[in-house]
Amino acid sequence: MAQKTGALSREAQNEMLKKERRANNAWHKLVRNRMAVVGLVIVTFVFLVALLAPLLAPCDPNKISILEKFMGPGAVDKSGVTHLLGTDEFGRDLFSRLIYGAQISVVVAIGATAVGGLTGILLGLIAGYKGGVVDSIIMRIMDGMFAFPFLLLAMIIMTVLGSGVQNVILALGISNVPSFARMVRGQVHVVKNEEYCNAARALGESDKRILFRHILPNTISPIIVYATMNMASAIISEASLSFLGLGIMPPTASWGNILTAGKSYLQTAPHIATEAGLCILITVIGFNLLGDGIRDVLDPKMKK
Amino acid sequence: MVKTILRRFLQMIPVLFVVVTLVFILTRMIPGNPATAVLGPQATTEDIAKMEEKMGLNKSKLEQYGMYWNDILHGDFGTSYSYNKPVLDLLGERIPNTLALSLTSLVLAILIGVPIGVYSAVHQNTAFDYIVMSLAIVGISVPIFWFALMMILVLAVNLKWLPAMGIGDWSNGFWGYVQYMIMPVICLTLHPTATFARISRSSTLETINTDYIKALRSKGLSEPKLLWKHAFKNALPPIITVIGMQLAYCVTGAMLTETIFSWPGMGMLIVKAVTNRDYAMIQGTVVIVAIVFIVVNLLVDLAYMLVNPKVSYEGGQKS
Repeated sequence: MAQKTGALSREAQNEMLKKERRANNAWHKLVRNRMAVVGLVIVTFVFLVALLAPLLAPCDPNKISILEKFMGPGAVDKSGVTHLLGTDEFGRDLFSRLIYGAQISVVVAIGATAVGGLTGILLGLIAGYKGGVVDSIIMRIMDGMFAFPFLLLAMIIMTVLGSGVQNVILALGISNVPSFARMVRGQVHVVKNEEYCNAARALGESDKRILFRHILPNTISPIIVYATMNMASAIISEASLSFLGLGIMPPTASWGNILTAGKSYLQTAPHIATEAGLCILITVIGFNLLGDGIRDVLDPKMKK
Repeated sequence: MVKTILRRFLQMIPVLFVVVTLVFILTRMIPGNPATAVLGPQATTEDIAKMEEKMGLNKSKLEQYGMYWNDILHGDFGTSYSYNKPVLDLLGERIPNTLALSLTSLVLAILIGVPIGVYSAVHQNTAFDYIVMSLAIVGISVPIFWFALMMILVLAVNLKWLPAMGIGDWSNGFWGYVQYMIMPVICLTLHPTATFARISRSSTLETINTDYIKALRSKGLSEPKLLWKHAFKNALPPIITVIGMQLAYCVTGAMLTETIFSWPGMGMLIVKAVTNRDYAMIQGTVVIVAIVFIVVNLLVDLAYMLVNPKVSYEGGQKS
């Protein structure tokens, strides 16, 4: 009997432990946050749309049909095809173009964050860990880049590189480097003098190992939060560059250039600019909500 | 304090050096010949060679870099070929227009965003809090150029309440000028207001839950006094940091807003300079903007030190 009670209490204890672990698990914390779930759903939806664009798009996004231009949402053309979101100034199906535009936005968001993030993290780690002259040189260059307004720096780099998806990724990525580097450097300053880093140093571990095995994992939380938020700003920046005529050029469909084209037809076909803008707005809200949620989970002090 | 200001001024020198060097490298990397850009496509090879000599483009890159520094140190930022005017004169004409938009937006954003954020914090988890914070998320997410277009569509095209673009004239009275400002200012105010509301809320929440506030409350201090005299004062440093960041945003915002509303400010000038490949203009505006940025950041840091006694004048946090 006593054995049975002991077994039961052990089971109960295990169950309690499991529950506690689940409650503290980052994922479970995230899905308990309603706003974060909304963000996650939006972001997942946009990623899926981008991934399945060829399957989801009802028409060829670049198929021109001048006779069917400026059709409103839900209009049916002569061949019986319904244009759910209408057509643009060349009679191209807007629903299909916006679906393919999601591809560009997702690629730019991930690409620019990866380029800026990886370079910035590496520079921030080195500057923060090495200190001294290395830190001064790296950080003065970062300060210099930081003194450029973000969009202006991206615009000048785009002028140097020329338009195109890869160049937009590079321009936004390079412009992102200083903010990542500054943030990581600050974190490294906090972490590098922790007991476990001193212990690793005392054990004779190499700088590379200390940086990547001990320091980087302990600075990753703010990086994840910043990277998520940065994807939101990358989407807006891509659209801004396209809007200023320096981003992705037609006929490639991007939300930015669809919006730019719609600008000229605000009176005759307001649906073009409205729909493209709403796509950008909803996606950016998704990334921002998700970023807020991740921040609340990873940094409980920030949860208010 | 004076020592700190002096030290910070000295720290600006290497940053400015990097800015000028970066601008020089980037503008030299822009494809196309600046001399051809000035003279136009019909220019003969002889004219281009003469112009290259005049612009110093026939010299080595190192010599050009030296000349560039020499000009800047003598206050010569070159002449814009698309406007045929000295860059500094053009900036002098345009900066007041940009300041009119940016400062109005920033002041409005502080006046609206900060009280809303503080009120939200005090009324945490109420309907007001949820609505305001949801709107703030929309505010930081909305692409301002799209919002500007939608405003033009509704307020200018459909309702015909406001002029769609251009700048007003004070000679037509107060309304004659202000009516042109309303839409650009709303656009520029949106993002900073949302940011101020979010940061004021989180910062106030952090302070109103501290022990010293609880102690003051238990002493019987009135809630408004507790909030505005004690809690808000301690919630200020992060808000001040954001003011500096938002000033930077205003320049980026001005580039888009001024282009959409044809507001003749510095933002529109920069965009035109880049799209027209106006090298002198790009170099001049970027260096001036960078100087303004650095000075603003310095002022923000000093203000931060004044309101946050935890930060020592010698730099870093006091332990």
